[in-house]
Amino acid sequence: MRYEAPERVETAVSLLSGERGLARILAGGTDLLVQLKSGMVEPDLIVDIKKIPEMRRIGAENGGFRIGAAVPSAELSEHPGIRALWPGVVEAAGLIGSTQIQGRATIVGNLCNASPAADSVPAMIVAGAIATVAGPQGRRELPVEAIAAGPGQTSLAKGELVISIFLPGRPPRSGDAYLRFIPRTEMDIAVVGVGVSLTLGEDGLCTAARVALGAVAVRALLVDEAADALIGTAVDEAALERLAAAASAACRPIDDKRGTKEFRIKVAGVLARRAAETALERARRN
Amino acid sequence: MPRDDVTAETRQSFTKVGTRPLRPDGVDKVTGRARFGADMAAPGMLIGKVLRSPHAHARIRSIDTSKAEALPGVKAVVTRDDFANRTDELRDILVNVMAREKALYEGHAVAAVAAVSAAVARKALRLIEVDYELLPHVIDVEEAMRPDSVLLHDDMFTAGVDPVPDQPSNVAKRCEFGHGEVEKGFAEADIVIERSFRTEASHQGYIEPHACLASVGADGQGELWCCTQGHFMVRDTCAALLGMDVSRLRVIASEIGGGFGGKTTVFIEPVALTLSRKAGRPVKLVMTRDEVFRASGPTASTSVWVRIGVTKDGRITAGEAVLKYQGGAFAGSPVEPGAMTAFACYDLENVRAIGYDVVTNRPKQAAYRAPGAPMAAFAVESVVAELADRIGMDPIEFRLKNASREGTRSAYGPTFGPIGLVETLKAAKAHPHYSAPLGNNQGRGVASGFWFNFGGQTCVSLNINIDGTVGLAVGTPDIGGSRASMCLMAAEELGIEYDRVRVIVADTSSLGFNDVTDGSRVTFASGMATIQAARDAVKKLCARAARMWDIPEDAVVWEGGYAKPAGANAGDFQPLSLRDIAAAAAKTGGPIAGHWEFNAENAGPSFATHIVDAEVDPETGRTSILRYTVVQDAGKAVHPSYVEGQFQGGAAQGIGWALNEEYIYGADGKLQNPGFLDYRMPVASDLPMIDTVIVEVPNPGHPYGVRGVGETSIVPPLAAVANAVSAAAGVRLTSLPMSPPKILAALEAEKGAQAAE
Ligand SMILES: Cc1cc2nc3c(=O)[nH]c(=O)nc-3n(C[C@H](O)[C@H](O)[C@H](O)COP(=O)(O)OP(=O)(O)OC[C@H]3O[C@@H](n4cnc5c(N)ncnc54)[C@H](O)[C@@H]3O)c2cc1C
Repeated sequence: MRYEAPERVETAVSLLSGERGLARILAGGTDLLVQLKSGMVEPDLIVDIKKIPEMRRIGAENGGFRIGAAVPSAELSEHPGIRALWPGVVEAAGLIGSTQIQGRATIVGNLCNASPAADSVPAMIVAGAIATVAGPQGRRELPVEAIAAGPGQTSLAKGELVISIFLPGRPPRSGDAYLRFIPRTEMDIAVVGVGVSLTLGEDGLCTAARVALGAVAVRALLVDEAADALIGTAVDEAALERLAAAASAACRPIDDKRGTKEFRIKVAGVLARRAAETALERARRN
Repeated sequence: MPRDDVTAETRQSFTKVGTRPLRPDGVDKVTGRARFGADMAAPGMLIGKVLRSPHAHARIRSIDTSKAEALPGVKAVVTRDDFANRTDELRDILVNVMAREKALYEGHAVAAVAAVSAAVARKALRLIEVDYELLPHVIDVEEAMRPDSVLLHDDMFTAGVDPVPDQPSNVAKRCEFGHGEVEKGFAEADIVIERSFRTEASHQGYIEPHACLASVGADGQGELWCCTQGHFMVRDTCAALLGMDVSRLRVIASEIGGGFGGKTTVFIEPVALTLSRKAGRPVKLVMTRDEVFRASGPTASTSVWVRIGVTKDGRITAGEAVLKYQGGAFAGSPVEPGAMTAFACYDLENVRAIGYDVVTNRPKQAAYRAPGAPMAAFAVESVVAELADRIGMDPIEFRLKNASREGTRSAYGPTFGPIGLVETLKAAKAHPHYSAPLGNNQGRGVASGFWFNFGGQTCVSLNINIDGTVGLAVGTPDIGGSRASMCLMAAEELGIEYDRVRVIVADTSSLGFNDVTDGSRVTFASGMATIQAARDAVKKLCARAARMWDIPEDAVVWEGGYAKPAGANAGDFQPLSLRDIAAAAAKTGGPIAGHWEFNAENAGPSFATHIVDAEVDPETGRTSILRYTVVQDAGKAVHPSYVEGQFQGGAAQGIGWALNEEYIYGADGKLQNPGFLDYRMPVASDLPMIDTVIVEVPNPGHPYGVRGVGETSIVPPLAAVANAVSAAAGVRLTSLPMSPPKILAALEAEKGAQAAE
């Protein structure tokens, strides 16, 4: 097994595309090292991206923020600008593992590990986050929901890697929130995760909304029906009721050691409503 | 040496005992200097790895190790053929350590290798070819008891039934305890409640995986370094399995990162020794967490039926229970202590508990804190709570009315001596927690619990050093701060400062036999041996002083750390300190040491009452533990902080068992959650600070009144939490763990039932 720590994106791309055997990108390593240790993957090449300066930066851009792929989630939690703009994304990243894990774990690693239960992914999806991907063909941009293909599978081609995530700016009176269900208080994997983002008009009616669910299907779902339940309403009791029903209806979960199907379906609705309430409160403050 | 003076009058006043100095092993443990099982290395050491069955139940047709043996760097491969078969009481241990005819559970060891590196060893495992004939399996205790169930052992005929059955089954044993006539008792009752309960297997969850370093020389002498609760047991078992003289094997107990009963047997130690003997080099074997879950011993899963009858004024007229415990692939589930302890808190005229010890295709269970008692208490204390509710009586009042006390004939036979159940109940009732207000969706639960406690074989040496300091050698691994307690007791007897005593856990060649650290026995038994060894040393110190003064030995007394002339010679000489006498030892007869060896009895049971507040989210079924108070009888708390630590630890583990911990099996009989991510033990932020109240009702069987405290603390929590959750949710939960999906399903079912009415 070869370990490389290039200092330029282009070198990383050529290492990855040149490798004949199995190559893996190492960001924080909080998924990859566990997989290595348990023998789940045995890569021939590991490309550590933490030495690439471009990937370590957070920068303001067009009213939003660009977050390098190697930025640990602890840095997001400490970034006042991102905290103010996308508190739901920050709270999702702040749920990953523990303080120690967050000193390493990146949201891009969370995204590219492609676990259906990844916490930051529904939050990024509702934020309309855009991933910038570099590869042998150059750079391209795509919405984060297009990255995961299925459990452990991404749509990235050989030699490609995500170099940054762009969180866009947003209109006034907007708010977002992320909630997950775990039986404990931390160090657990989401049984259900829900991200909600919404914007209110001057009249207090919801003009735009996005709702995404985690851990209830093979990958995180962007649920338009759930968003439609909010748009045009005052996000009142009836709207929240319809939101919950739409969120539950969108679930395609499995029964497993972490929860039953019925449980996930029911709790997705409950959390959707609670996340919407928090997002609403935040929108009213902005 | 007289042995009958040990239960002399309980001492009342202390200067050292009851204080809270730092534990002698504390700094080493927080700085990383302490050496645990995996921390030892030896020159030329090999790394051992175990190949484990991927199947829940399979006949092993053949094992071909030739390719593994041919791999460069592999120094030894062992299988069943390297262990002599046995037919005696060690047979099950042998078969568990290395499968013979069949793999009886997923994770059962089938071969092991020793190689120059972990990578080579892992590669070698993949080269071993095992030809399995797959067999159907059984995981559930009720299913395993059905007459048409898959059989694990075709020579298992239920013991304890007359006549002995002529068909084999998965029921190893039936046992029964009780007295009176239960049917008559139920006829006298105004209200009878019966219910069935289920608990899942839980693991002790010690942080340190099993680990050892074994070295057997060309001369047949062996040394073993390992983390264990009982190195004498490890020595005797390994020597027998390897066909060695006991004297040829020396076992050294490392520091231990938790055991809770799970390290009272052997798993990898005989394998490491066999590999070392075959390779002619030291072999280190360390389990992964995955192996710990799949192949060490969790506790039993159970199915318990309980029926209790009461009069309207709150007198229990009869109690009855049928307990079925599966203990994995071999006989020996803790159903007997379960049946014995089920009703131990109650003074009953009519009581019966019947137990069935059942085998299934799961890892062989190992002891877990008060083995068998928490599950029985869960069932009984749940029904007790429901009965108190039905007759409209305060649950503590109800328990007080029926509580066991001195003179009660216990449900399992013996008559209780002085015990502290009533005192714990009264202290719980008076505690501010018990009357604190509750909010919406919150409930309060109470439960009591009992554990026998154990004494056992114990041997201690206490050496007086030249500068008057003391070296104390005990043979019981310290799993909960016992070294601090030993130092306190030695210092108390000798009248010297706590930090003048240094205690070690001596290896098996340095002391006579010591039973394992179990049964909450160490502070009681090793403590009593320490006190007696100190008294033995005091006698010798007085004799030396007598010689120095040239007066008769019986004219010297020991007071406050000094030898003083007494009787006719009182006041004739300046008192001699321990240091003075020690300094002169070479001229007065040589080294001074105290010894004690005995088989400790009268351990004195400990009772506890727990109070817990829980909140249940009615929309998700998620439980939060808001407040928890443990009230327990310690007899005498030698080191109160470590007594409190035991109380808190038992409660924490019990909360985990009650709420989220469980062995989850797939339809294939394979464990689905062999890691701490999905085997959901509580993390620190899940628990409130656990409040403690130490009750002290002295145990007349110990010179200071000590009772063991390590196990009773895990007996009430399953029931206490279930009572709290049931009160908060408004529906009775009878199946553990009370995970959110289960609670939510119960809430929905209740809603459905209400709607139907
Ligand atoms: C104790 C513990 C607790 C955890 N708790 C949680 C939790 O609560 N919630 C949660 O969602 N997750 C949790 N995780 C999982 C993990 O921490 C997260 O998924 C984390 O965000 C992964 O980020 P990383 O930077 O460490 O990824 P890495 O392990 O470095 O990489 C993960 C995967 O993504 C690939 N990858 C990394 N960077 C890139 C890139 N730039 N381009 C393309 N592919 C890339 C890697 O090759 C690898 O396959 C936990 C893990 C541990 C060990």
